[in-house]
Amino acid sequence: MLGYIVRRVLYVIPVVFGVALVTFILFHVVGWNAAAMMLGKHASPEEIAALQKQLGLAGPKWLNWEAAREGPWYRLFDSQWFFYLRQIVTFDFGRSFATNQKISTLILDGILPSLSLTVPIFMIDLVVAIGIALVCAYRRNTWLDRSIVVLAVVGMSVSSLVYILLGQYLLAFRWGLFPIWGYETAKYLVLPVLIGVVSGLGSGVRFYRTVMLDEMYQDYVRTAFAKGNTERRVLFVHVLKNAMIPILTSVVLSIPFLYTGSLLLENFFGIPGLGYLSVEAINSADFPVIKAVVFVGSILYVLATLVTDICYALVDPRIKLR
Amino acid sequence: MSTPATSLWRTAWQQLRRNRLAMVCLGVIAFYALVALTAEGIYWYYRLTDQTPPYKQVNFDNRFAKPSLRHPLGTDSLGRDVLLQVIQGTRIAFEVGILTSLIAIPIAVVLGALAGYYGRRVDDFIVWLYTVFDSIPGLLFILAIAIVVGKGLLGVCLGIGLTTWVGLCRLIRGEYIKHRDRQYVLAARALGVKNFAIMFRHILPNVLHLVIISFSLRFPGAILTEVVLSYLGVGVQGEPSWGIMISDAKLRLWQGHWWELAGATAAMFFIVLAFNLFGDALRDALDPKLRTAEAKTA
Repeated sequence: MLGYIVRRVLYVIPVVFGVALVTFILFHVVGWNAAAMMLGKHASPEEIAALQKQLGLAGPKWLNWEAAREGPWYRLFDSQWFFYLRQIVTFDFGRSFATNQKISTLILDGILPSLSLTVPIFMIDLVVAIGIALVCAYRRNTWLDRSIVVLAVVGMSVSSLVYILLGQYLLAFRWGLFPIWGYETAKYLVLPVLIGVVSGLGSGVRFYRTVMLDEMYQDYVRTAFAKGNTERRVLFVHVLKNAMIPILTSVVLSIPFLYTGSLLLENFFGIPGLGYLSVEAINSADFPVIKAVVFVGSILYVLATLVTDICYALVDPRIKLR
Repeated sequence: MSTPATSLWRTAWQQLRRNRLAMVCLGVIAFYALVALTAEGIYWYYRLTDQTPPYKQVNFDNRFAKPSLRHPLGTDSLGRDVLLQVIQGTRIAFEVGILTSLIAIPIAVVLGALAGYYGRRVDDFIVWLYTVFDSIPGLLFILAIAIVVGKGLLGVCLGIGLTTWVGLCRLIRGEYIKHRDRQYVLAARALGVKNFAIMFRHILPNVLHLVIISFSLRFPGAILTEVVLSYLGVGVQGEPSWGIMISDAKLRLWQGHWWELAGATAAMFFIVLAFNLFGDALRDALDPKLRTAEAKTA
């Protein structure tokens, strides 16, 4: 067990390294021309060169052989790749091109508003979806179950953009039930949370229903029935407990989806979180900010999967690293 | 008298044919495909003859016209016909759905096959690779690729294609691990068949149904993502797409002009719904076990 946890923790290192490598290739090798793109058509070569230097996009990409030949050997590492690694280790991603603020500050400021939106959505969605799925499993293959499944697929087929547009237009603008835009009190969060819950509910219900029905046909369920347990007791005690493992998985796998959902919600409702920051950065071609947000988002995801895997190991003694 | 052997494909098709809902969905998909093909023809005709296509014809005297016989879905802020734009949007949606699959599915199949068949170092490397790709938040990764490559259809397709191969790759790898020690594979190896031939000529037909299912289930996802990307301004440029229409309609909705939003939304909803339902039916017909396996990994 301890061995597993240690190995699992150590596996974070190559994954984070890989994320750094992929983002580096994306932004420095493929997107080497970022400075020219950011400054537009009328920039002079000197301006472009100056910005490239500021962004860490100047000089050799991987290893600096020339400098090493001339100066001390460690100048070999005076390259874009090692500059980026240093940024990561020190959590100092330079400054935003658009606003000239420190990117690390921008990210730290954005985390709280983002979480204040995504955590409630996540929690409510989880409880409601599991509740509905239990009803489906309890009344399986009746008209109630079937119509819930159809409704879930219909709900999944509507673009999240449409949920947001209609929710904001009808509930906030036409009927004035909620504030339209802003981030001041908890009241401002109610509508975005509501929309987030509704747009995620369809896929959630379908997933948990599949998980529950899958458990319903296991041997232990038959045994539990044979021992004379009531249907309700089997469902809520036996099945729910065993369904926890796939549920735990989905809990983690939903985290990136929450992140993408908040990209739109934050933009529509003016919530100054990481999603808002990303959309602003995309609109102003602010490459350093995009790079940093992508990297930090990946790290959060890696850590979340680590936590789940360790939880698994604690919950289910059968699980070992492959 | 022996009954003729039925293949997996034929049994699945027979089961699908009995499923009325799936057949209706297939009809809807075929209809949309026809519309997309027609739109493609219209697009190329006007492009090659260097004329302004009807869906781009501006008419300022007829802005925000309500739905009527002449304009069944009304007109937009420049007096362009909404229905014609919805039809062109179908073309973009299908292009995105097909191109992203052409990028993602080969990556998933080749990497999954290599990892599952060879195991050991190769497997370690590919598992590491997809863990890395899986760790980077989806929409942001797509946006980043689209921006770095350049706004437009290519950027969108590369973005979605290069980020959505992980789920299928995992499934294929799992299947190859199961198949690599089966007797037919051992027999082929004993006869001196080359590894690549075993992987892609002997084993691949046995896992091909996964590819088909994955195609029909990823199509709606690609359409929904394209809409979000176009809305955020990194999608298709200068052509009508559902995302751009929704984005344009955003402010007009508040002025009471609902038809542009309604047209694009309805068009998108029915094709996504049809693909979702048909994909489910297809999966149940081809591989019922997959339902939970997929839910647990994807």
